[in-house]
Order: sequence, then structure tokens, then C-alpha cells
Amino acid sequence: MTEGTPALRLSGIVKTFPGVRALDDVSFDVMPGEVHALLGENGAGKSTLMKVLAGIHQPNEGDIFIEEQKVVMRSPLDAKAKGVVLIHQELSLAEELSAAENIYLGELPTKSFGRVDWATLHEKSGAILERLKCSFGPRTIVGDLSIANMQMVEIARALTVDAKAVIFDEPTASLTDAEKVVLFDIIRDLKARGVGIVYISHRMDEIFTISDRISVLRDGSYRGTLMTAVTNEEEVTKLMIGRSLDLTRNVQPAEMGDVAIAVQGLSCGKMFQDISFEVRTGEVLGFYGLVGAGRTEIAETLFGLRTPSAGQILIDGEVVKINSPMDAIRMGISLVPESRKEQGLVLGMNCKDNMTLPQVGDLTAGPFVSDGAEIAIFDQYRDKLAIKTPGWREKVGNLSGGNQQKIVIGKWLSMRPRVLIVDEPTRGIDVGSKSEIHALIRDLAKQGYAVIVISSEMPEVLQVSDRIVAMFHGRLMRIFSSQEVTEDSLVQAISGLNTDRVA
Amino acid sequence: MQSEQTVRFLKKGAIWAFIVLELVFFSVAGHFLSLSEGAFMDLDNMLLLLKQSAPIGIIALGMTVIMINGNIDLSVGAIFAFSAVILLDSMTWAVFAGLGDWVIPVSWGLALLTGTILGAINGLIVWKTGVDAFIVTLGAMLGYRGLVFMYNGEQPTSELNWTLVDFAEAQFLGLHTATWFLLGCTLVLWLLMTRTVHGRNAYAIGDNREAAVNAGIRVGPHMMKNFMLIGFLSALSAVVFYSESGSVNPNDGSLYELWAITAVVLGGTKLAGGSGSVISTLGGVIAIQLLRKGLGYIGSDTETVNLVIGLILIAVLYLDRQLNRKGKEELRI
Repeated sequence: MTEGTPALRLSGIVKTFPGVRALDDVSFDVMPGEVHALLGENGAGKSTLMKVLAGIHQPNEGDIFIEEQKVVMRSPLDAKAKGVVLIHQELSLAEELSAAENIYLGELPTKSFGRVDWATLHEKSGAILERLKCSFGPRTIVGDLSIANMQMVEIARALTVDAKAVIFDEPTASLTDAEKVVLFDIIRDLKARGVGIVYISHRMDEIFTISDRISVLRDGSYRGTLMTAVTNEEEVTKLMIGRSLDLTRNVQPAEMGDVAIAVQGLSCGKMFQDISFEVRTGEVLGFYGLVGAGRTEIAETLFGLRTPSAGQILIDGEVVKINSPMDAIRMGISLVPESRKEQGLVLGMNCKDNMTLPQVGDLTAGPFVSDGAEIAIFDQYRDKLAIKTPGWREKVGNLSGGNQQKIVIGKWLSMRPRVLIVDEPTRGIDVGSKSEIHALIRDLAKQGYAVIVISSEMPEVLQVSDRIVAMFHGRLMRIFSSQEVTEDSLVQAISGLNTDRVA
Repeated sequence: MQSEQTVRFLKKGAIWAFIVLELVFFSVAGHFLSLSEGAFMDLDNMLLLLKQSAPIGIIALGMTVIMINGNIDLSVGAIFAFSAVILLDSMTWAVFAGLGDWVIPVSWGLALLTGTILGAINGLIVWKTGVDAFIVTLGAMLGYRGLVFMYNGEQPTSELNWTLVDFAEAQFLGLHTATWFLLGCTLVLWLLMTRTVHGRNAYAIGDNREAAVNAGIRVGPHMMKNFMLIGFLSALSAVVFYSESGSVNPNDGSLYELWAITAVVLGGTKLAGGSGSVISTLGGVIAIQLLRKGLGYIGSDTETVNLVIGLILIAVLYLDRQLNRKGKEELRI
């Protein structure tokens, strides 16, 4: 694979930010017709490298070559003109405009007096969409498309030029399995046309499906390249985190107490229907399913953010009405939400204030908030959860993902809840901190909390749960015990293949 | 870490450094240019400056709370005018004829109640309809101003009560009554925002509303309280100002909302919410008043003053952006 001329080659790239050496002497190349996966934990320098590749950042040292011609890429548009295109993780589309306008954004074909040449625009963009086997036309408003189709538009952008290298940044983050298959077909098609592809992802299974070579970054430096055909997950993980990681599943049965929360026939419009389950103290109940299966919505209903259309919720055997998060908190239910930064944390506030936010009203001395009482709580949970922070004054936005998540968990634990719902506990958290969070969840159950864990990652669900709820399209398909569950049966259940329900 | 602290210090201290700069500039420039005898930094002149800062200052303090909370209130000038009308007119109402000077606290109370109610209406609409505060208070700005004109047509509302004027012109420990009100409000609001649960929640909601909801904070009622607070403060500002002047024109208080916002922004509070400081707003208010007075002192006319303040506002926000950008490579537009 190393013979011939690389489509894109980096040599000795150094990129520093004030106080941080984000990339240290990184070299990397991608051959025409090759998928080269780039792996690394969060903060390893993947996104910085990607931004250097796409002309968003300028390297402090080192050179970039396109087909062995040394180039300087001053901006993303400049990079695109030279044949290097980045497909963003967060879609950067103008949702009010049509697909065609988005595809040629900034480069609309024009007639005299700067008038847009609509005929040419629609013809050209239509051809590209056709090539991608898209089901929608160039005139469709992008805001009306599904996430997967928006990504198609983003990819179509890359094809307006004679792309030599295309960089995919976590392209499957919000795709369903069916959509993933389509994406992989497109990647293979690009590959067949001799385009070099840089594929950045956290997901091992995808990387092994699609890539030819795997390069690993750690702490801003290059750690090696492996041939996908002859390596395995263990070897890659070892390279990524610098040690081996055991991916075990939870088999020891928990010592369970009484039913803490039970749900009977709960429905919420089209979101989910007829859901019944119970969680005992000391138990971790996992919810597994595809994105959009209704898992998060169930959690939001239990937390008072949604009003159920039918069914009831019982706490300690009594039917309760939960109309707001305030009600839920009073009844001892707490929610660690799916997206930490948008829903869980006030990023501009310090660690202490974030941790005490729901209960600060009870921590007063006269009319004023008592700093002492707050710091006592913060210190207690910092030690308990081993949160790494310079101090309580540190802005929460400056912490790593794992430590941010622990602040959110600590926030609820300090309220002494009975039921802890954790939605995607390790999303965007690096591999090392993941296992720490998993151990923490197991430990919380042991301490007598009733824990509900929602996750889209099968190893995670298998690792932490005592029982696993499989969901498909808003329906509860089956509840597995950790002894009986197999990966195959779980996958079948969440794909709607297995319809015999066992409660 | 070190540089981050430096930046934080620069941002907090910037408005006060700017005030010192203004003082030095006008003292020196005044030495050569001014036609008047006295020095710019004359004590009486400075005391007067504080007094003159009070009306917009008191409103700006409330605006700080509103803006930290992630909202904005454009109706403050109209609330100011309507409260003033109620203040002066109620003193002549027949029902209160027998009260003598005791009509003063009654009228004050009525004016403050008026402001609070108008603010509550804004807050209630924002809470219950979910319409953006900008739009709601834009409507309220027009609507409340309409009320002022409906009340007395184009005519000014006048009532001069000499006991009241004496009180308003009094000086205690050298500071005027209005200055005491300004400083008192600053202290109370500073305590509110930095030491109380309400203040903590205001920052949390302004920074990340969704996270605040998820922490069980009731956002709607919280915002309504803040709108009542700024309504009250707008009325208080009217009470302080018109106790002395005794006559309100139906167009009084126009553009006060913009001056208040200017002072808040100069003080470093973000339009987007979540950060800001009441003390820095006081700095912003003083800086604007210094600029007005100083430019007048060296012989500029009013039009120039507005031009200069506008330019400085943009320059300050540019500097703020530069400071915030440091260390992060943001995309150039």
C-alpha cells in the first residue's frame, strides 16, 4: 500500500496553541483509493490534525503535500480548490436553502450582473445527487431532509471539485444502521474512483469494516500505523490508550432490594407506546436500541420533561404524577442527560456552582447562599467520584469530558436520589475514562441506587446492566437478563426481528 | 492558567481603567481647551456627575440582571415615563387632598407599584407565550408610551411639591439623594446577584437554559420576577428624578433603554446572557456620564458626544472580542 504517490501527505506537522502542544511531529499519508482511519482518544489531536488538513489551522512546522507537490492551504475554500475536502461531524449546512444552493455554496454559477444561473446549478447538482443515489432532488430544502440525507448534501459538496482526498469526521455519529450501509457504499464508490479517504471515528467496528490502514494518535503525537487486515481491536486499543483494556460483561448478579420505580403501560404519543418495566434498588437496568427508538423520551417522561399520554408511573408502589423536573427531583428521580454540554452543565459556571445547582436553595444562611455548605458538598463528591479539577473555582468548561460527566453525576448524588437515570453515560468520553464511569455505575447500584442506563453502545450495555431492555421503534421488544443475553439476540431484538415478548 | 487569569483581570478592570483614562484625558485636555475656570476633577463637579448618572444608572442596574438572565427589556423608558406621570398626577388627586405632605409616600408607592405591574405584564407574557423578550418588550415600549399619551395628550404633567424638592436636593455626607439611591441599588443588586439563590439561578438560566430546566429551576416564574424587578427600578428612577424636576413630558425617557443597554454592555455584560456584573455596569454608567460631561467641558456639542460614545462602544466590544479570542483560534468572518 505504500508504493505509488500519496494523494495527501503530511510530514513533521507541529501545531501549538498557547500553553498546549496539540500536534507534535505528526506524519500521515493517504494513498489514492485507500481508506485510512485515524484513531485516538478525545484530546489526542485528531480534530486538530483534521483542521490542519482542511486548511482551518496553519501548522507551526511541517509540510503538506498533495500528490507530492508541496502546498500551503490558507482556508477551507483554498483546501477545497486544491482537492482536499472535509465532511464535518457537525453538519454545516444552511437549512433554509435548497440542496443545490448548499452544494455550490460560495461558488454559485452566475450569469451577467451576478444573477444566479439556476439552470446550470440545478443540472450540475442534480447530476451529483444522482451519482450518490440520493432519493431527493436539487430543489429540496435542506431543513426538510433527514440527518442522513443532510450528510449526503455535505458529501455532494465534496464532489463538486475533483477531490483528491476526502476527510470524514465521525460521519456515522447520528446515522441509523441502514443509513450507515449507504454511507459505506458511497465511501467504497469514492475509493473505486481513486479518491484518498481519511476516516475519523471512535467506533472500532466501523473502522474494521471500512478501512485499509489505521493510524493512531495519542497526546498529540503519532503512535503508529497498522494494516487493518492483519491487526485486531485489542492491538489498536492498546496503541490508543497505551495499555490494554478488558472488555468484560457484567455477570455477577446484583443484590437487589425492593422495586424503586415501576412503569405500567406508559405511552407518549408517537414517541413510545405501552412500556412496562420495573427497577429495583441495587439494580442497573440497561436500555438498548437504535437512535430514535424512544429510549431518551422515556427517560424524559420519567423526569417530568414530557407528559405521558397513557399509563402510570409508580414509586415505591404508589402511583405518582410527575409534571416537571422539580417534581421528579422531589420524588428522588434524577437524570444525567444525553448531551452533557447542552443539557447537563452550565459551562460558564464553576465546578462547585454546577454541582449544587438543583439544591442551592437549601444551602442558605439567611438570605444568602452559604459558600461553606456548598464547598463541603463539592469536596465530598470530588473525593468520592475522584473528579480531577484544580479546584472548585475552575470553570466546568475547562474540564475533560469524563470529569464533566462526574460533575453531573455528583450533582445528582449529592441530592441523595433513589433512581438515577443516565442517558449515554460515556458519549464523547475517551476510552480510559469510560471504564472508570462504568465502574462508578456498578458501584452506585451496589450502594443501593436504582440505576437506569441508556446506551447505544452494546459493550457498554453488556458491561453495566443486570437486565437489558431492548427497544425498537417506540416499543419494548424484550427484557433480557445479563445471564441469558447474547449479542446476536440483542441485535435481533432492536432491529425488530424478534417479536416474542418476555417481560 | 496564568494568562487566563490575566485576561479575566483585564476584563473586570477594563471599565475602571477606562474611567481613569477619561479623567486624565479631560483634565489635561481641559487645561488647554476649556473655557471654564474650574478644574474638571473638581469635587462638586464629580458629585454632580454621580447625581446625574442616577436615573439611567438605576435602570441600567436592572437591565444588567435582565441581560445576565438572557433577556432584554426595551420598555424601560416608557415605564419610566408612565410611572412619572402617575407620581406627579396622583399628588393632585382629590382623594389624597387631606393627606398634606403624607401624599408623598403614597404617590411614591403608587408610582413604584405601577412600574412593578407593567414589568409583571412583560414577564407574564414572556413566560406564558414563550415569545422572545425582545419582541414582547418592543411591543410594550410602544404600548406603554401610548398609555402616557392617552393619559394627558401632548401636555406635560406637572406638580411641584417643595417638601419633595427639598428632599430630592438634599445632600447627606456630601452625596445627593439621587446618588444614595444609585449606590443603594447597586449594593442591593450586587448582593442579589452574587450572594443569593435568585442571582445564581439568573446566571445559570442565562448561560444554559436547558441545563437550568433540567436542574429543576422554574425558569418562567424566575424571569417574571426579573421583569418585575426592572419595572420597579424604572419607576424608582422616575421617582428619584421627578421628585426634583416636578414636570414630565410625554416623550421623557425615550432612548433610555438604549442608554441603559449601552452602559451594561460597556460594563462587560454579554448580550447572550450568562455573564456580567452589576458593579461593572455602575462603571459603564459613570464612564458614559463622564464622557458626556467631559466632552461638554472641552467645548464639544451634543451631536459630537453621541458620535464619540457610539464609536467607543464599538471599540470596546472589539477589544472584548479580542480578549475572548485569545488562545482560541476562531474562524475569521
